This record gives sequence, C-alpha cells and structure tokens, in this order.
Amino acid sequence: MQQFVNFTLGGLSQGAIYAAFALALVLIWRATRIINFAQGAMAMFTTYLALTLIESGLSYWAGFAAALAGGLVLGALVERVVMRPVEGGPELNAVIVTLGLFVAFQALAAILFGATFQSFPAPFGLRGFTVGEMTIAFTPFSVFVIASVVVVMLALTALFRFTDLGLRMRASAFSQEVSRLLGVRVGRMLTLGWALAAVVGSLAGLLIAGGNLVHPAYMDAVIVYGFVAAVLGGLESPGGAVAGGLIIGLALSYVSGYLGSELVTLAALAILVAVLLVRPRGLFSRVAARRV
Amino acid sequence: MRTLPRRFVPRSLLLRNLLGVLAGLVVVVLVLETTSPFRNSQLATMSYYAIAAAGLTVLTGLNGQISLGHGALMAVGAYTTALLLEGDAVPFSLAMLVAAAVTALVGILVGAAASRLHGPYLAGATLALAVGVPGLAIYFDGLLGGEQGLSVRSPRPPDWFADAHYFVTAGDLSSAKYLAYIGWLTLLLVILLLANLMASRFGRVWRAVRDDEVAAELAGLRLGRLRVLAFVVSAACAGLAGAVLAMVVRLAAPSGFTIVLSLSLLTAVVVGGLGSIAGALLGSALLVFLPPAVTNLGTGAGLTGVQAAQLAPLVYGVVLVVVMLLAPGGAMGLLRRFWRRGINQGGSR
Repeated sequence: MQQFVNFTLGGLSQGAIYAAFALALVLIWRATRIINFAQGAMAMFTTYLALTLIESGLSYWAGFAAALAGGLVLGALVERVVMRPVEGGPELNAVIVTLGLFVAFQALAAILFGATFQSFPAPFGLRGFTVGEMTIAFTPFSVFVIASVVVVMLALTALFRFTDLGLRMRASAFSQEVSRLLGVRVGRMLTLGWALAAVVGSLAGLLIAGGNLVHPAYMDAVIVYGFVAAVLGGLESPGGAVAGGLIIGLALSYVSGYLGSELVTLAALAILVAVLLVRPRGLFSRVAARRV
Repeated sequence: MRTLPRRFVPRSLLLRNLLGVLAGLVVVVLVLETTSPFRNSQLATMSYYAIAAAGLTVLTGLNGQISLGHGALMAVGAYTTALLLEGDAVPFSLAMLVAAAVTALVGILVGAAASRLHGPYLAGATLALAVGVPGLAIYFDGLLGGEQGLSVRSPRPPDWFADAHYFVTAGDLSSAKYLAYIGWLTLLLVILLLANLMASRFGRVWRAVRDDEVAAELAGLRLGRLRVLAFVVSAACAGLAGAVLAMVVRLAAPSGFTIVLSLSLLTAVVVGGLGSIAGALLGSALLVFLPPAVTNLGTGAGLTGVQAAQLAPLVYGVVLVVVMLLAPGGAMGLLRRFWRRGINQGGSR
C-alpha cells in the first residue's frame, strides 16, 4: 500500500512536468500544425544555460529566470529563422526540420557544455514529507513542481481568455487568412506562440533537471512522454494536454515501479498506439464536424 | 522513333538493372582491392548504412511514411544475428536471412500501427520505438547481454571464396575486406531488388498512395495493405543492415542503436534526395566519410576529442535543416534540376 501511494505521488509530480511539456507541444501545434520535436533539445539547452550561471556563482533563481528568458528568445528565433519557410508546406518537411534542430542542439550542447553527467541543484529539499511514522515520496520540491506548473497553466489561460493579445493569438491559430484581413499581425503572433511554448518547455526542462543529473540527451525520453501526453489529450486542447500529462505520469510511474524502468518508453509507445488506434483524435476531443 | 543510345542498352528493365549491378560489382571489387584496410572497414560501415538508407528511402520517399524507428529495426536484425551466430552452428548467410525475416515480422507489427497514422503522429510513434527498444536489451539482460551487449563472432571466409579471391586479385583476403565484400554484395542485391520493385506496379501504387490518398482509394487501392507492405520491405532492409552491422562491428549493444542512428539514416536519405537509391548511397557515403573530416577540423581548431566527436551530429542537424529549407529535393533533386535546365537551354538554342 505504501508502495502504491509512493508510486502515485511520484507519478503525479512527474505527470505535472509532462503536462507542461505537452502543453508546449500543443501551443505550437495549434498555431502552426507542427509538432516541435526539437522542444526537448531546446529545453535541455536552456537548462544547461541555467546550470552554467548557477555554477558561476549566481543563485538558483537567477539561473531559473535566465533559462526561461533564454527559452523565450530561442523559441522566437527558431520560429522566425528556421520554421517560417516550412510552415504551411508539406508536413514531412516541417517534421524533418525540427528533427534537424533536435540533433543540432544536442550536439551543440555537448560541445559547449560537455557530454558528461552533471548534477543540477534543486531549490527545495528532496527529502520526502513524513506522515505519521512513514516517509512518503512527496518532497518540498514536488510541491514546487506542481505549483509552478499550475501557475503557468493559470497564466496561459488568463492570457488566452482575458487579454487582447491572447484573443489575437487564438484568432491567428484559428484562421490565418481571416485574422490577417482583420489586421492581426499573424506572423508576429506565430513567433510569440513559439516563444511562449519554448518558455513552457524550458520550465519543464528545469523541473525535470532539479535534483537530478543532466546530460545532453536527458530530455530524449521526455519528448516521447510529452508527445504521448499531448496526443492522449487530442493535440488540440490545452486542458487535454494537462490531463494527458497526469495520466502518462501515473501510468509510467506504475510501470517503472512494478515492472522495471527500462520498459517505461515502450509502455508509453504501447499507450500511444492503443490511443491512436481506438480514438485517433485523443481521449478528450469533441467530435469534429467535417465539412464536405 | 528510336534514339540511338537506347540500342546499346537492353530493353528489359530487369536486364538493365542487372547490368547496372554487375557494373557496380566490378567497381566494388576494384575499389576494395586498391584501398587500405582502414578504408575497407569504412566501406563496410558504409554498406550497412546504405542498405538501411535504401530501405528507408523507399518507405519515406516513395510511400510518404516517415520512420524515426529504423535504428530500432536495425537493432532487431543485429541482435538476431548475434544470437544465431553464437554457437557457430548457423552459417552467416542463413543468419542474415533469418535476421531480415524476423525484422520483417516486427515490421508487420509496426507497419500495421503506422498505416493508420500520418506525418507528425507517425514520427512521434516511431520516435518512441527508437527510444524504447534499446531498453528491451537491458530488461532481458540474461538473453541479450544488458548494457554490454552481445559480442558477435564475425564469419571467416570459406576456402572457395579465399581461393577465388586469390585467383582474381593475387592478394591476401583480410577480415575487414571479407566483411566489406559481404556488406557490399548484400547492398548490391538489395539495390537490385529495390530498383525492380520501385519500377514495378508496387512502386507505382506506393507513389499513388503517397500523392493522393483519396484518389488512390477511389482507384481501388488498399491503402492499409500497401502501407504495411512498404513498411515490411523497408524493415527487412533495416534487418539486413543490422545483420551486417553486427558482423562488422562484432558487437550488438544498446549504445549502438540510439536515436542518433535513426536520425542519421534520415539525414542520409534527405540529403541524398528522398526516393532515390543513388541518393541513399550518396547520403550513406556522407555519414561515413564526413565525421572523420569534421572531427579533424575540430581538433585542428583546438577542440578536445569528445567535443570534436560531436561536430559530426551538429553538421548532420544543420545540413538537415538547410537542405529542407533550400533544396528539399536533396542532392539528386539538384542534379536533376541542373540536368533539365541544361537540356532546356540546349534545346532552345
């Protein structure tokens, strides 16, 4: 029983991170119909940025802020320079470009920051809370993880719901042509969308790194989990991405705990294939009307 | 009207391809005999990249299905070969065939799931395959050797081959050279089969499915079956490539089948030109001969060995992006464009 509780709690905090990562994928998918396979590599890159700053003597929070700012700039740059020409083209081309970025960022990080494992600090304690006389797998850091993911979700919801900018971004994701006719600078909105997504992705990268080891490939598996979570939620809906992330986090935590951590990625693949075969539009999608 | 040069080439496509492969064989023998053992082993490496890339280019270029999981499929072929060659009871050619068959079976499974997916969904699913499969080797470490992997005894040349080799070249047959021969003979065979397949009815309908699903289905084509078939053919090639890899590297270990392997194959196919076997060959040559050159440049510029080793993937990534942005047809696409422009200019004068 204690084991089950621990797996569940661990799964929830991991799931929150996957949810953030899936959210980043969904933001980009909604705006440009592209899955950004370089998302994980970009997040890894900004996490290394934070690590470099922290190791040079700055506080954790300075590194944290720098990584998020770096994500913002990196996301905008990538969209503006590399992705713009392939947006709206054949879907295979965009996929290949993001994969190229993935490989390039990973190699660049290995060159700049070294390819060895390095430990990344955590701002809060990593010892579990004690309930009664047993220690549960829920640490102050897990609280921070869940809280920061919730804050990001609320901020994004507020942005899209209540601000003029959010409305314009939603409009350009919904219909580029009409928005352009109505005077929305669609190009800028797309750039902003990628930048925001990269910030959320960087946050996920920082949260996974906290208290763990980082190396240039540490986000590889997270791309898969985030992608499965996003697909589980239907790729369209931010709420679905969050729910998908939590489900994946829990499921993978049980697989890792009861079967073995080597099987986690294959379990994710099995979930993905099962979902796509049974409900190709995700668990949470509404029935889409198809205009003939 | 019949044009003049046509008469020297046989009309039948099979014969034409056979002639091409025979010419290729002559070139292979000449090159392998005149180059150093180091180049021989590089060429052996190129042969398995090229086998896998040729299979991938048929899948992605002809049928429009992207696969980031070919590294995982190569792992299936390599581990099958390693297991079969363990006791010395199975001849390597049989082991290679079994490896191709087993990987083709896996290809049916993956292909059946893949046939329902497209574009980014397919990329994500096969990415999961590439990241996940090496974990299996660690999970079943009793059978598959865990992190260390399985060492493979590479086959020794049989007497008749050594004799024939001595008869033709009057030189010694080193182990590296023999492996390079195995790889390249397999590659030529694969090219012959694929070239015929691409020009056959299957090649045509695969292209039809790629270009317009609805039209293809209205014309009575079974989309699902055709896609699975393309995946199976491609997987069998990846399995053969894995078998050659296992024998050349003498090791099947999870570290050899990372996501970077799958993405390198994709780079080779895209840079060479999607859907072209010549492009796949060109791309695999790039995969083999570019890294040493780039690494040398890196160490020359003052990078450490570890850093310089990462320059090659950096170049792959950048090249992948640049090619997609500037010349989505790849090298063969560019060649074709210049060729056509040349003809047009010549004709207009």
